[in-house]
Amino acid sequence: MNSGTQSVSNQVMWNRLISVVEEQAQALIRTAFSTSVREAGDLSAGVFDVAGAMMAQAVTGTPGHVNAMAEAVGHFIREIGEDQIFEGDVYITNDPWKGTGHLHDITMVSPSFYRGKLVGYFASTAHVVDVGGRGFGADGREVYEEGLLIPIMKFALRGEVNRDLIKIVRNNVREADQVVGDLYSLATCNETGHKRLVDMMDEFGLDNLEALADFIFDHSRRATLALVAALPQGTCENEMTVDGYDESIRLAVKLDISETGILADFDGTSPAIARGINVPLVYTKAYAGYGLKCAVAPEIPNNAASLAPFTVKAPVGCILNAVHPAPVSVRHVTGHFIPDLVMGALHKLLPDRLPAEGASALWNIHISARPNSDPDGPKGDQKAEILMFNSGGSGARPGLDGLSATAFPSGVHTMPIEATEHVGPIVIWRKELRPGSGGAGKYRGGLGQVIEISATPGHEFDFSAMFDRVANPARGREGGGNGAAGSVKLEDGTVLKTKGRQFVPAGRKLVLELPGGGGYGAVSERDAKSRQYDLENGYVFGAQPEE
Amino acid sequence: MNDTAVRVGVDIGGTFTDVVLEYGGEAFSAKVLTTPTAPEDAILDGIGQVLAKASLSAKDISVIIHGTTLATNALIERRGANTALITTQGFRDVIEMRSESRFEQYDLNLVLPKPLISRAHRHTLAERIGANGQVLKSLDPAEVEALAEQIEQRGYDSVAVGLIHSYMNPRHEELVRGILLARMPELSVSISSEVSPQMREFERFNTVCANAYVKPLMKSYLDRLVSRLNDMGANCPVFMMHSGGGIISLESASEFPVRLVESGPAGGAIFAAHIAARYGIDAALSFDMGGTTAKICLIKDQTPKTSTTFEVARTYRFKKGSGMPISIPVIEMVEIGAGGGSLAHIDSLQQIRVGPESAGSQPGPACYQQGGERPAVTDADLLLGRLDPDNFAGGSIKLSSERSASAVEQHVGTALGLDQTTAAFGISEVVDENMANATRVHAVENGEDLSGFTMIAFGGAAPLHAGRLCEKLGIERLLVPPGAGVGSAIGFLRAAFSFEATRSTYMRLSAYDPGAVQNVLKELAQEAEAFVRSCDTTSPLTYECKAYMRFVGQGWEIPVVLSEADYEASDRSAIMARFETAYRALFGRTVEGLDIEVTSWSARVSTPVPPVAQIETVSADNEAVSDVKRPIYDPIGQKFDEAAVVERTALNAGVAVAGPAVIVESETSIIVPASFEAVMQPDGCLLLGRLESNPQTEALS
Repeated sequence: MNSGTQSVSNQVMWNRLISVVEEQAQALIRTAFSTSVREAGDLSAGVFDVAGAMMAQAVTGTPGHVNAMAEAVGHFIREIGEDQIFEGDVYITNDPWKGTGHLHDITMVSPSFYRGKLVGYFASTAHVVDVGGRGFGADGREVYEEGLLIPIMKFALRGEVNRDLIKIVRNNVREADQVVGDLYSLATCNETGHKRLVDMMDEFGLDNLEALADFIFDHSRRATLALVAALPQGTCENEMTVDGYDESIRLAVKLDISETGILADFDGTSPAIARGINVPLVYTKAYAGYGLKCAVAPEIPNNAASLAPFTVKAPVGCILNAVHPAPVSVRHVTGHFIPDLVMGALHKLLPDRLPAEGASALWNIHISARPNSDPDGPKGDQKAEILMFNSGGSGARPGLDGLSATAFPSGVHTMPIEATEHVGPIVIWRKELRPGSGGAGKYRGGLGQVIEISATPGHEFDFSAMFDRVANPARGREGGGNGAAGSVKLEDGTVLKTKGRQFVPAGRKLVLELPGGGGYGAVSERDAKSRQYDLENGYVFGAQPEE
Repeated sequence: MNDTAVRVGVDIGGTFTDVVLEYGGEAFSAKVLTTPTAPEDAILDGIGQVLAKASLSAKDISVIIHGTTLATNALIERRGANTALITTQGFRDVIEMRSESRFEQYDLNLVLPKPLISRAHRHTLAERIGANGQVLKSLDPAEVEALAEQIEQRGYDSVAVGLIHSYMNPRHEELVRGILLARMPELSVSISSEVSPQMREFERFNTVCANAYVKPLMKSYLDRLVSRLNDMGANCPVFMMHSGGGIISLESASEFPVRLVESGPAGGAIFAAHIAARYGIDAALSFDMGGTTAKICLIKDQTPKTSTTFEVARTYRFKKGSGMPISIPVIEMVEIGAGGGSLAHIDSLQQIRVGPESAGSQPGPACYQQGGERPAVTDADLLLGRLDPDNFAGGSIKLSSERSASAVEQHVGTALGLDQTTAAFGISEVVDENMANATRVHAVENGEDLSGFTMIAFGGAAPLHAGRLCEKLGIERLLVPPGAGVGSAIGFLRAAFSFEATRSTYMRLSAYDPGAVQNVLKELAQEAEAFVRSCDTTSPLTYECKAYMRFVGQGWEIPVVLSEADYEASDRSAIMARFETAYRALFGRTVEGLDIEVTSWSARVSTPVPPVAQIETVSADNEAVSDVKRPIYDPIGQKFDEAAVVERTALNAGVAVAGPAVIVESETSIIVPASFEAVMQPDGCLLLGRLESNPQTEALS
């Protein structure tokens, strides 16, 4: 075989490997119980070489898991010990600092043996329904309150599942059947990946993955570095204020761009707090890497080499490098701002390429509905835990309006309200775009949305709030206006908190106004056709103000 | 079906309109260019041609069965009616907000598809049905009257009505339609509880909007077609192929034109299913590769796999999520941007990428010499010896190897330092791998292992790539039927009258209510029966009922086929056992301790499929002889081999052609890889079987 055809074969195998992990991810989606996995794509799947370097990752999945899971396998190899790795083993953890940032994410790693020899690993991560403790929310003061932490350990030894672990899990979580079901789903999806890898190695006559890994890493590294080298070299900074739990938080970054890569240093960021919105460094890396990769190298597949040029550091104990035992349950509500933060810095070196700020953090809401506790009111008989994912507007792009009610940077979907109403006794009275909420500009920010929820007659509910951009709206860029801030109220105007568990009595309606994205460029430059279109369709109220 | 019947199948595709006439055991076909402004012109032209070939006249035609991409194209090109949507207050933007996600994670300049009906044309009513079908807020007729007045003033041609939870209780939608029609009897009105009574508001609303959007257009087209056919003397019944692979009446098609979307590809799948039945194949993979896309469908027990929802008009590299969802019963297919015209380029990783951009028929691949500069898959095929430059498309287009060579070299070879042949091989391998990967993922999603499958290949480019695809997928047998160029139109003639009615009615097995289940299935069966009886009043009917089930807490329902005994039973045990069996087949295990729920039910009613005469497969009794040889590139040995060139028409049943070989016919060429042997069968199909050894393993190490 000549070097030309070898190169073609390597390319074909690289594509195949991406298909293998995609099959792995699909297997997980089809069997998972967790709402966020099956409906919303909150998962990750990947294949790693024997040294624990990620060779390929499924396209399906959300960025928060990307870099995080990429690092996890190294921890597993170290802690299990290379001499203790056997065919048929499966390893598990939900350690926020070694997995993907909070206890709800379970990561499983399975060694892959080919003809009796270790050739690599498959890893997958999924957000499970429950991990015990307080449940999914911001109120914990230490990680101990947030649920069960499973250290890196064997879920299965040579194919035998660790029954003791299953018992411990069963006795410490709500919805035990679903959670245990998801543990098996993760193990099974790794198995699916392994089987496909064996087929591929048979077909191509491979004994190991080393040459293929070299090919993938070499191409990815060179391509990524070429794109980085084409950037203006130097440093740039940005900072952003977000709402936090009960007082606002400062996020700061300095980017250092050189020919060898981009370093994001989060020095100057506020310290961690005693509430569950802190972010472990793995998750900070994941979203910093995501933001930079979108801006610089969007088309290069994720693997160890394409992620390597993007490095991160943050002072120990700051909210973007929170250390054990800081609470981290809803780390996404802070972490989702990292791409806005780094892209805002990059904009200073790379004008006209990056979007304005958006709503960014998902407006997830966890609802616990139950029969009315008011002794005088009508009493229903239903109880349910309901999770909804909702998105505000994304920032306007240089050349394009922002996306209305669309998740960015998260990769999750929303669920049909008709399906949600079958889960428990709630009625969603309104879920539609929020006119006027997009930041004005030459390019308008995406619109947020308005959601109104009540319990069905005879019921009441608590909800766990994890919302942001209420005190600090998305900022426009280059003269573009800010997006509208969000709000959390009852329909009579009673203002509620943006984070933490709160009560909505029977017969009352919760009204959420989700923030809009920032505008890009001066609104005076917006073309007449777009203005007309916005007015006709009611995306804006009346005539837009001229600046 | 008797032999004296003259049956005509007509398939309008984007480029060609195919007509097939069958009479007395013989088939006659014609391929004419589609006439988009008046599609009936091409049909009449094509019918004229096949009648002439068969020496028949229009009045001899017994039946015409028609499928068309017109509805699909109207949705893609946004050439539908001036349409309004009426929906529940608070939900005006469901079709615009979609799933609130981005189908491509890393593209900062992503553009989402625009909703079919823009916000200004979406109107709301203060009403609300609850999840159990109860009225939470009643509909005020005065408010509807006022809206009807507005609808009239604004001059809409068509109205879609989609209200929350209408699949549970259609009353409000029906009231709205009644008031609209009382004021405007001629108005075209579609309601979601009839068009697609399934849970999930985005999909249902979008489906009713699509139906309303294409309804005036399709009705006017079908009326014109019938009158033109009458004018030419064809007074026979005309039926329409639907996306679920069955046939419905013209009236049903005019009322629910969204059901015609993807009817052409559905015909292709029926064609393949028929071939599978002829050969008694229980696990088949149909592979249809044309100029722009490849379509792949799993066919189990001679029945194509079906689904209740699919996506049309994908706007971004055929990527899932970039189109609009349509919730109707449909033959499930994977469609990817891989065809003879798919263009190759080099990406930032210095890797070869192929498609989804296509050279189409204008300018076409570089070798067509019509101004195409960039290399297409057909150019690679030509350079690898798979096509005869002097005998392409019956000799109607002379291909230029020089043009192919310079396009491949300039756009791929030079950049990568590959010689012309290796660059062409790279293009071909990448497109084959793309198709193989899409097929594998689709098989996994359906819980199938492809190793025991037989591939059935048709469409212009399929026979060039099918052998390699089989090698990549580990498939041992490949059938290439005759008439592959007009496969969909032939498929129309093999379809039964059928209709599938579907409805979401939520039920947990822990609260199983046999009476309610029997009622739902009875109503669905009656609804479907009415559609079928409007076409055929006498044939015995077959019924198939399904429940869409999952464990409580999951988001994916799996289809579970129910026998009559299952739903006639007084308890849930039979239906539960069916679910567990189906779940285990898909995912390898079931989950203990969890309740099971049903989200929807369906009933499919059809006339019997005409019995298929089984073919006794013949094995090789002699070798084809050919003095003609030409060099063909072998992707496994990675070198040119001298391959025998054999005319398909010269082969009799039992004649074998050992690979490497190329079997030529007027429409295309069939490549027999070195690892395969082809044997001509009594019905004109070529059956390719893999030879014992598997050289692939050695080759790439």
